[in-house]
Amino acid sequence: MDQGFLSELLVYLAAAVIVVPLVKRLGLGSILGFLVAGIIIGPWGFQLISDVDAILRFAEIGVALLLFLVGLELDPRRLWSMRRPVFGLGGAQIVVTILAVTGIAHVLGQSATTGIVAGMGLAMSSTAIVLATLAEKNLMAAPVGQSSFAVLLAQDLAVIPLLMILALLAPGATTSQVDFLAAGKGVGVIAAVILVGRTLLRPVLRYIANTRLREIFIAFSLLLVLGTAALVHWVGLSMALGTFLAGVLLADSEYRHELELDIEPFKGLLLGLFFIAVGMSVDVGLVARIPHVVFGLALGVVVIKMLLAFPLARLFGVGGRDALVFAVMLSQAGEFAFVLFNAAGTQGILPRETAVLLTAVVTVSMLTTPLVLFVYERFVAPHLDRGPERAPDAIDEHHPVIVAGFGRFGQIVARLLQGRGIGATIIDHDPNQIDLVRRFGWKAHYGDVTRLDLLERAGAAEAKLLIVAVDDPDTARATVQLARSRFPNLAVLVRAHDRTDAYEYVELGVPTVRETFGSAVEAGERALRMLGVGAHAARRFAEWFRRHDEEELALLAPHRHDQKRLIERSQKARGDLEQLLRDEERRVRHGGESGWD
Amino acid sequence: MANLRVLVLYAHPNHDISRANRMLRAAIEDAPGVTVHDLYDCYPDLFIDVRREQRLLLEHDVLVFQHPMHWYSAPAILKEWEDSVLENGWAYGKGGEKLHGKRFMQVVTTGAHEDSYRHGGKAHFTVHELLRPFEQMAYYCGMVHLPPFVTHDARELDDRAIAAQAARYRALLEKIHHGDPPAPFHTIPGKD
Repeated sequence: MDQGFLSELLVYLAAAVIVVPLVKRLGLGSILGFLVAGIIIGPWGFQLISDVDAILRFAEIGVALLLFLVGLELDPRRLWSMRRPVFGLGGAQIVVTILAVTGIAHVLGQSATTGIVAGMGLAMSSTAIVLATLAEKNLMAAPVGQSSFAVLLAQDLAVIPLLMILALLAPGATTSQVDFLAAGKGVGVIAAVILVGRTLLRPVLRYIANTRLREIFIAFSLLLVLGTAALVHWVGLSMALGTFLAGVLLADSEYRHELELDIEPFKGLLLGLFFIAVGMSVDVGLVARIPHVVFGLALGVVVIKMLLAFPLARLFGVGGRDALVFAVMLSQAGEFAFVLFNAAGTQGILPRETAVLLTAVVTVSMLTTPLVLFVYERFVAPHLDRGPERAPDAIDEHHPVIVAGFGRFGQIVARLLQGRGIGATIIDHDPNQIDLVRRFGWKAHYGDVTRLDLLERAGAAEAKLLIVAVDDPDTARATVQLARSRFPNLAVLVRAHDRTDAYEYVELGVPTVRETFGSAVEAGERALRMLGVGAHAARRFAEWFRRHDEEELALLAPHRHDQKRLIERSQKARGDLEQLLRDEERRVRHGGESGWD
Repeated sequence: MANLRVLVLYAHPNHDISRANRMLRAAIEDAPGVTVHDLYDCYPDLFIDVRREQRLLLEHDVLVFQHPMHWYSAPAILKEWEDSVLENGWAYGKGGEKLHGKRFMQVVTTGAHEDSYRHGGKAHFTVHELLRPFEQMAYYCGMVHLPPFVTHDARELDDRAIAAQAARYRALLEKIHHGDPPAPFHTIPGKD
């Protein structure tokens, strides 16, 4: 093996293994870790790696794999349902940012062309950073993840028209005919990908899967993704867009999970390499020479992008706090800017030094996102928690029942009561949830149920019953304690998160329902029936189980901190239960043997 | 006469351990015009959907209770069924004529020899006498009461005897389905 390749590989792996856990421990996330590792080993650090551009181009495959995996999670139907945020919010973000940057460039004395090209590059965010961060923070499915993704998708789609505009801006511009030829090629390739994905891909996958050679399936998965990427790249589109499309086309296929499993490790490693490469490409020399310009511009870019993204998100109905995270997420400039500025620099659209400067600005802006997010999470978000930006709703109704927490649990309870004509005052602390249930005709109030004044305004002094159905165990406990100390006449029923929680409430003497217990017992009963036990007998076994478990819970509650005792007791309880169910079984059989048939 | 639709309310709390009732039921499940409705299976906790039961009754002309004799009567769910489904104003009382003219029959198994079910026997009463509350229920609701179809000593009979009894059960329901005038029909296996 080529010695150089092996030693480079060792450098990458060692840098990642040493630096990433350190940075991560500081609470700054793995992405910043990779970026820092890149700076350290790069040409401006220890100079362990030289050909940064080649590595960057290679590692971009990691981004393509990432987008393939994202596509796998989104079937065409869901994608279609995202058209409003993609074209509305995404389109607005791109256009407004380009206009703003062009304007500022004009004020700074730059030409219109420079302004527009800079705007096009800086308007784009880093798909890799944003998606990897969302995944790391488990936010992909959350509203903020969905809106961020929609905008990223819009940006990837915008690459086609933006590259056409760039070609028009080139000195001695190519004829418009050629541009349309390129665009036509792009559209043709996309159509071909869709057509082949829809018709040929599945039979081929089936054929490959039937060979039962796992390595071949993995090889084919990679071939599929990289082939799509290469094809799309060939006509000048973003590789990420192509692989994303391939993912979407396979989202409802039976091989989805297998593809996911196979691609995942490659994605992780290559994406890490990508971030390392970005770190390596930071022109530390330039930054050291004119730090005020580079940092000033980078800061400007980040601030402007946040200032524009926040109100846009609000305009498109994203909740206040989500819009803030959304703005932070999309605040950096992305990979596309490297390509764009590089092309613009070589084609003479941008002055060479401007292109280099802008590239440095982009890289620095990518470094800021984990930091800004860290600052937000440490210093801004907790503050928001204490003083919610949305004032508690006025409560103008009083009912015999107050339902605190109106998610999966509280809704069912309230529906049951409502069916019986018993009104409930509903309080929840999630604005999105409130807006959602309001659309379904529920009158829900926004507010923090752990606050005395809110409970008072909800009529806790006159109400008969408070049902604490919030999902957070700590909030539930705080609410119960508050209600018990301030409203002694108010009966309380609480949803317990788990058995440990339930012990506590049993000890406090608060009636409690364990949130998954009932449904799990029901599943057990169904299982018995599916195994051939008669319906009535299964019902009785389940009921025995339920009673026995509730009794045990009450019995064990005083010893809940005594682990040894708990284990002893729960072993005995298991024996007791078996005995109990055996008795029931014998009773039934005996009934038959005694003569009834 | 038009074909009569027969509704069999099957009540056995532990169907899976019974033999006679299971064989009897299996014989009639695909009989023409017969609907078998397993009460314990539908309502394992004895929570009965009254409107659904009433709808079923309206869709049929003949009502059959099939069950083992438990404590000289029916298993608890049939009593619960009567208590909740046969409402005042629906099955009896003012305007309560929904069951008028329908036929009612019981198909029961006992765990003791027929000799027990007589005056001076262990059971002190005949099966007919013990089933009087059901007979009166039918009478009060305006139904025509047919004599019960009894299988004695269900635990002791061998499979062949039960199979023969099951065939007779099916023949009886087919006859009723075809509207033949109900004849007193009381069979004790081994005696014919």
